[in-house]
Amino acid sequence: MKKESIMSIALICVVLGFMLAVQFKTTAANPKTLSMERVQDMVEQLDTVTQKNEELADEVVSLRQKLAQAGDYSQAMEALGQELKRVNMLSGLEPVKGPGLIVTLTDSTQPLQPGENPNLYTVHDEDILKVVNELRAGGAEAIAVNEQRLIATSEIRCAGPTVLVNTNRIAPPFVIKAIGNPETLEASLRMRGGHLEILDYWGVKSQLKKVEMMELPAYKGALKFQFAEPVNSNEKAE
Amino acid sequence: MWLLVIFCLLLGLFIGFQIPVFLPVVYSKYMSIAILAALDSVFGGIRAYMEDVFDNVVFVSGFFVNILLAAGLAYLGDRLGVELYLAAVVAFGVRIFQNLAIIRRYLLKKW
Repeated sequence: MKKESIMSIALICVVLGFMLAVQFKTTAANPKTLSMERVQDMVEQLDTVTQKNEELADEVVSLRQKLAQAGDYSQAMEALGQELKRVNMLSGLEPVKGPGLIVTLTDSTQPLQPGENPNLYTVHDEDILKVVNELRAGGAEAIAVNEQRLIATSEIRCAGPTVLVNTNRIAPPFVIKAIGNPETLEASLRMRGGHLEILDYWGVKSQLKKVEMMELPAYKGALKFQFAEPVNSNEKAE
Repeated sequence: MWLLVIFCLLLGLFIGFQIPVFLPVVYSKYMSIAILAALDSVFGGIRAYMEDVFDNVVFVSGFFVNILLAAGLAYLGDRLGVELYLAAVVAFGVRIFQNLAIIRRYLLKKW
């Protein structure tokens, strides 16, 4: 009887020891996994810095080439033309094409409960703004909202039942087209806790479509500078 | 006699360290509660053995059921947003100390 009891205690102790060992290992591994994260972080940082370094080196080469070309008039004109094209693309004065993402935002079709604020179920200027911001953060190179190309001075603001973009009224459904890496753009929008998730909660329908090729129109408004004027680079701004 | 128990404990530890079993960090809390319950059961068993009321079925079933219940309660507490595992820690902690005190007295009486 006594012998038997000791045996069973001993056998149970094997199980206990096993559990203890597993737990020890888990607890001991925790700081290790943390430091692993740290290592990964550092590696990523190193990667970014190295990449930046390479980019800068490339820039040095291209700047040297430009300097050499500047001596030659026709080559200088060509270089200027290329520069102009790039700047036009950036400023939205040039229609652009490329792969990207099409985001469609539609007002909620959920039936409104009495006493509820209908404003919560519609797409607002702020929603478009946040989506556009997220797209920009995701590396979008050109964005248009309902065929209105967004440029540096574009506004997206509430105007009663419609939204103003580039002083044009646009109405739902809002189609936001962004040129960039479709995967990255989609991932940046679908991020957990991102704005689309909030919109989804209110029943606002969002549709993401990745496209291989699409065209964005140029900015159609006039460019006027009433107050701003360029500062000559050899003149110092006060 | 007791050497056998300690040997088995060491054997279990050895097996645990050698076998590449890893617990996800999320579950380590439940595992710690389960270990507390197991410790409690083992000390309770030793105490019962010294009091000559040891029952094999009670001991073995108590060991496993306590482990599962403790981990399960901790999990339920997490689902409910109540820190139920604290209750388990306190309850098992108190019982472990009581059992240890009784075991110590028996040992003192023996010698």
